Amino acid sequence: MTVTVDQILFLITALVTMGAAATVVTAQNLVHAALALIATFFGVAILFVLLQAGFLATVQVVLYIGAISILIIFAIMLTRRVMQDSGPQTNQQWWLAAVFALALFAALWVVLQQVPALQQASGSLPIPGDSLQLLGFGFVDPNQYLLPFELASVLLLIALVGSIVIAGEKQ
Amino acid sequence: MDIGQFIKDPLGVIGAFLTSLLAGIGLAPQAIMVIEMIIGVVVIASAALVLPLFLIWFERRVVARMQDRIGPNRVGPQGLLQTIADAIKLMIKEDITPIGADKLVYNAAPILSVVAIISMWAVLPFASNIIGTSLNVGALYIVGVGSLGTLAIMMGGWASNNKYALLGAFRTVAQLVSYEAPMILSLLVPVILARTMDLNGIVQAQSVWFIVAAPIAALIFFVTSVAEVGRTPFDLLEAESEIVAGFHIEYSGMKFGMFFVAEFLHAFTVGALTAVLFLGGWRGPFAEQVPLLGIVYFILKAFLGYFIVILMRTTLPRIRIDHMLDLNWKFLVPTSLSVIVVTIVVDKLIQQAGITNDWARSGLLFLANVLLGLAIFWVLSRAARSMRAFEGAAGEAHHGGDHAAGHLAPAHGEPAEAHAAPAH
Amino acid sequence: MVPLSWYLTLAAALFCVGLYGVLARKNAVAILMGIELMLNAVNINLVAFWHYLEPQVMAGQMFTIIVLTVAASEAAVGLALIISIYRRRNTVIAEDVDLMKW
Repeated sequence: MTVTVDQILFLITALVTMGAAATVVTAQNLVHAALALIATFFGVAILFVLLQAGFLATVQVVLYIGAISILIIFAIMLTRRVMQDSGPQTNQQWWLAAVFALALFAALWVVLQQVPALQQASGSLPIPGDSLQLLGFGFVDPNQYLLPFELASVLLLIALVGSIVIAGEKQ
Repeated sequence: MDIGQFIKDPLGVIGAFLTSLLAGIGLAPQAIMVIEMIIGVVVIASAALVLPLFLIWFERRVVARMQDRIGPNRVGPQGLLQTIADAIKLMIKEDITPIGADKLVYNAAPILSVVAIISMWAVLPFASNIIGTSLNVGALYIVGVGSLGTLAIMMGGWASNNKYALLGAFRTVAQLVSYEAPMILSLLVPVILARTMDLNGIVQAQSVWFIVAAPIAALIFFVTSVAEVGRTPFDLLEAESEIVAGFHIEYSGMKFGMFFVAEFLHAFTVGALTAVLFLGGWRGPFAEQVPLLGIVYFILKAFLGYFIVILMRTTLPRIRIDHMLDLNWKFLVPTSLSVIVVTIVVDKLIQQAGITNDWARSGLLFLANVLLGLAIFWVLSRAARSMRAFEGAAGEAHHGGDHAAGHLAPAHGEPAEAHAAPAH
Repeated sequence: MVPLSWYLTLAAALFCVGLYGVLARKNAVAILMGIELMLNAVNINLVAFWHYLEPQVMAGQMFTIIVLTVAASEAAVGLALIISIYRRRNTVIAEDVDLMKW
């Protein structure tokens, strides 16, 4: 089986993403974990580009890397008592968590192998040229997904007000 | 090579020539495409990196003339090689890394800062067919890579293992993240008017420049972009008198040079973005037929924007962090939201009325913007008057004893009382 | 061409790594980072299915955008809670916040 350029690109991106994700959950220093999280988000954005969802990739970069990552880094820096992290960062049941995670991955992998259609799907279906417009229309069309869109906006407003109330300084 | 074809489509001719050259060597077509892409990336990145040499000289001369002195004029003709001398000086400086600094993050921060700015150049349209890549989400891409620069500053401030660097980085990130909100909102207005997020599409929709149809949005975008760069009056990030150079205290030599280059290049990119979004980009007489003229117009407009940024730097004082955040959240965000709403409503009304003449459309939008500006001024004056009345009432309760010093004439409606109080 | 199963395997692996992060880490912010990894894995799954099975229907991408929005608001509220807890109890270790344990 010849390895095409697509497959090489996918494998490199997958390796980078998984390496960064492993660093996130095992890093001793929390800021290193946060930076590895940013690398993971970037890898996921590249995967979106490979899946020809360019708008989603850009939104991923803007939201996850530009906003949520900075929020996480701020939270890390505001909640540390000393500049260095000391001691083990995992609790006592970490081996049980590892077993469970591996078991879940094995189960999912076995299930994926059982469905032959997944191996053969080759992604040669045509993507509509004006997918961005269709996406926009889908969000404002009452017959499509207007209600979830509005609910998501209300949710964001609630989260905004709630975070300010919870984390604000009590005078 | 046909000169006529070259003038109409320079990149196409060069691309075809390179393809034939590489195919002659005997490479597969996919490899040729990858090599051509890499060459394109290298060309754009090199142009973006060589430009600051000229930009720094330009800025120093302009600032000097405004301050009634001459500026660098010894090294090379008219001082053009001064920046090269500065770069050599930075390169041969001792490279100090503070103890306890996180080596990987410390070294990666200036690199990420420069990478974020150069990535913005991939989507700028230099001419109708000279563009790095014509992304259909170009405007959002600009916002995304701009936030990478914010991240780089955070990394630099934290990795320096220095209280003041960290504090400076916190304030910087607070400012940059706050000012992204009105920047994105005002970026939406040309997107709405042009019906596409593609920067090339936005330029092509500007038969009438968008600064006529959306002057308030242009102003907000320009001001917030200058705040994103960290230029005066928003240069709290590196205020030497206040926080001793902020997040890049511990950076010396070429690492500081990279932050420096990133800042100047970002300032120029702000001018370029304003030119693309509001001043018509590469549009001008004969720009469609001769794309090279399009590049000239684009660079001229970008330098106009850069010149205004330098003007702001030499004439305006720095503003305080709490005033800065107040300005953002209490003025710029509501204003930009109202500009979007007004633009959408007026545009839809124009569409319903069936007016298709571009000048009429832009004129009506300009009128709507003027009315909105008047409404904003009215609201501001009401707010200022009530604030002055509040301060005046509080001030009167204080200056019962000291009359001479307390006469600040707080509000227009109260001088009679203020003058009557000491008279008894 | 890249088969769909590769993307799904990658998403499953990312999900399991995130799950390990949630179950095994002490610091509350690290647990939140694990949750973000899991949400990203779900996003990859959704977009992969959209691309390979029904690219004409934009519902796949819309679902992903809604998930992204919910993840952002959840991260904001979660971090606000963590900061608030840190102010009261001066710790962010999840095991030490056990006032209501039996």
